[in-house]
Amino acid sequence: MKKDIILSGVGGQGILSIATVIGEAATAAGLFLKQAEVHGMSQRGGDVQSNLRLSNEVIYSDLIPVGSADLIISMEPMEALRYLPYLSRNGRVVTSSRPFVNIPDYPDKDVLLAELDSLPDVVRLDIEEAARACGNPKGANMVLLGMAAPAIGIIGADELREAIGRVFARKGDAIVEANRKAFDIGLAAAMKS
Amino acid sequence: MSEKRLLLGDEAVALGALHAGLSGVYAYPGTPSTEVTEFIQTHAPEVRSRWCTNEKTAMEAALGMSYAGKRALVCMKHVGMNVCADAFVNSAVTGVKGGLVVLAADDPSMHSSQNEQDSRFYAQFAMVPVFEPSDQQEAYDMIREAFAFSEEMGLPVLFRMVTRLAHSRAAVQTGEATGQNALDPAADRGWVLLPAIARRQYLKLIDKQPRLLEASEGTPHNILEGTGSRGVIACGIGYNYVKEAGVQDITLLKVSQYPLPEAQIKALAARCSSILVVEDGQPVVEQGVKALLGAGYPVEGRLTHKLPRTGELTPDNVAAALGVPASRAFGSAQNLAPRPPQLCPGCGHRDVYAALNQVAAEYPGARIFGDIGCYTLGALPPFSALASCVDMGASITMAKGAADAGLCPAIAVIGDSTFTHSGMTGLLDAVNDKSNITVIISDNLTTAMTGGQDSAGTSKFEAICLGLGVEPEHVRVVVPLPANMPEITRIIREEIEYKGVSVIIPRRECMQTLRRHKK
Repeated sequence: MKKDIILSGVGGQGILSIATVIGEAATAAGLFLKQAEVHGMSQRGGDVQSNLRLSNEVIYSDLIPVGSADLIISMEPMEALRYLPYLSRNGRVVTSSRPFVNIPDYPDKDVLLAELDSLPDVVRLDIEEAARACGNPKGANMVLLGMAAPAIGIIGADELREAIGRVFARKGDAIVEANRKAFDIGLAAAMKS
Repeated sequence: MSEKRLLLGDEAVALGALHAGLSGVYAYPGTPSTEVTEFIQTHAPEVRSRWCTNEKTAMEAALGMSYAGKRALVCMKHVGMNVCADAFVNSAVTGVKGGLVVLAADDPSMHSSQNEQDSRFYAQFAMVPVFEPSDQQEAYDMIREAFAFSEEMGLPVLFRMVTRLAHSRAAVQTGEATGQNALDPAADRGWVLLPAIARRQYLKLIDKQPRLLEASEGTPHNILEGTGSRGVIACGIGYNYVKEAGVQDITLLKVSQYPLPEAQIKALAARCSSILVVEDGQPVVEQGVKALLGAGYPVEGRLTHKLPRTGELTPDNVAAALGVPASRAFGSAQNLAPRPPQLCPGCGHRDVYAALNQVAAEYPGARIFGDIGCYTLGALPPFSALASCVDMGASITMAKGAADAGLCPAIAVIGDSTFTHSGMTGLLDAVNDKSNITVIISDNLTTAMTGGQDSAGTSKFEAICLGLGVEPEHVRVVVPLPANMPEITRIIREEIEYKGVSVIIPRRECMQTLRRHKK
């Protein structure tokens, strides 16, 4: 079994924290893992992505081939669409529905969301609103991780919750619990949709 | 202690070097090489690791440490090889004592660079071996071997990485650490490259070549696998993409150590009817294989457009070259706009460009020559301020040359770290020539582009400019804030009106490091 995941967003939105939690859980589960990241100039407010590959067999390429990603997890709706050619026929898109507009020619929001909704398998939510509502405004990325959890499959939701504990342990119990709560809200939202 | 760790390619190199008994790393920050030195700075306080002023000072200091008998690592991005080339090429002629490994991180596709030059050409030119790992485990293992091989051969080893390996994580099995070498300085005259000695040393270097070739033929990192009728040579991470494609009818030669294993290539050619060369970067191996096998043997690769002539390898372009059809389910989205990187909100460079654009609009002939750093983003909207960006330090010297030709006003914008890297010497030329230029040293107190490393000249810029001979009344310091716009524009105007060398230093801390310092 393998799971190819593209994480995307805008530089500074925190996609690498999501990758760190999934990576921690995958390592604990004894899976093979490769995770290609973007460092350098793009991190200054540009589009960023990370290719995360999990498998119980040896993984060769650090990059995911076109048409074979099982999952796109995006902190931003237009950035989710950017990697569409990488999505497999049965792949799922899990994304924030709130645009991050830092460019003058950002597409019309309604048209953008309509294109997103025309895809066969999409889970979307205003994760920033959800994070604020649960009292953890910095936890939007954990809401998103919760939304993605059922589709990650190769690692269970409980394993991801445990990994959140290990990754955020040095920030204290309160942060761990707040992030787990955010994760659970995302998970519940995904189960409903 | 042997353990399994999840590491970036760069971190695997750093840890391998530490476990090989490294005594010092010498480096200037540059994507995608920066994390090697940062890892050593964080994990090994006993190893010398402070950032150097540029790649040439780094290479020379590392050669000095090697002379003293200890193991040294030099790290840079590919274009850094141009800066240290003099020392690098000559270090092959002097030879080395303690193991000396030069890590060059190439950036095919120019993710964060201004060209995609291939560092393997430098190794050919200098006649030194290249180690090019295919994955994170090999990066860890091969850097350890590189130090031993460097000492065995008495030569520096070029360790070639590419962006996708440098910045990708995977689990790495580590081994036992060995201790540092004892101080044991070289005592022979081979280090004094006077012509008579250099000629002898050069012959020694030539004499070492057959042993380098023999090592390439024998290493477990260069292996022949499969029995198919199509021949493939895959270098470094190219190997992963060939394996990913999963084709069965090929015989595959993996190459991770150079000079090219000629006997293995001839064996491959004899077994197969053609050879496809899969290498990230420029067609170094493709050219070498063509030369080795002669014009009659079909060799394909980037030169024959079987693979794209430019840009990095991907699993997709390699699969296509191997004849595997793509399985694309979705086309590109309709509602998509490019999102280029931009200067951070509140960044002082923004205020510098706002002021410069305002004043430059008053002078129809004005040109602003840019340099390498975050502030290169001033070339993009909304500022669109820059006429050029070529290499580290070129803002000052290009402004000088343009001013010599009569262009006026000629303005240079350079960052603090880039100024000490390669801008200072050009400023001395301008002072000696009394060139009519206005230099803006936009000082954010850090090397920001690569993530906020210490900058070599912090708190020394006024003294450096005065020491180089800029008139004291034409070294001006301002604080780049919107509230100070009237003062900044007035000072820029005054210094443009002065017919000689002026330096304006807008100084305010980088927003990224400020946020980190506040935590």
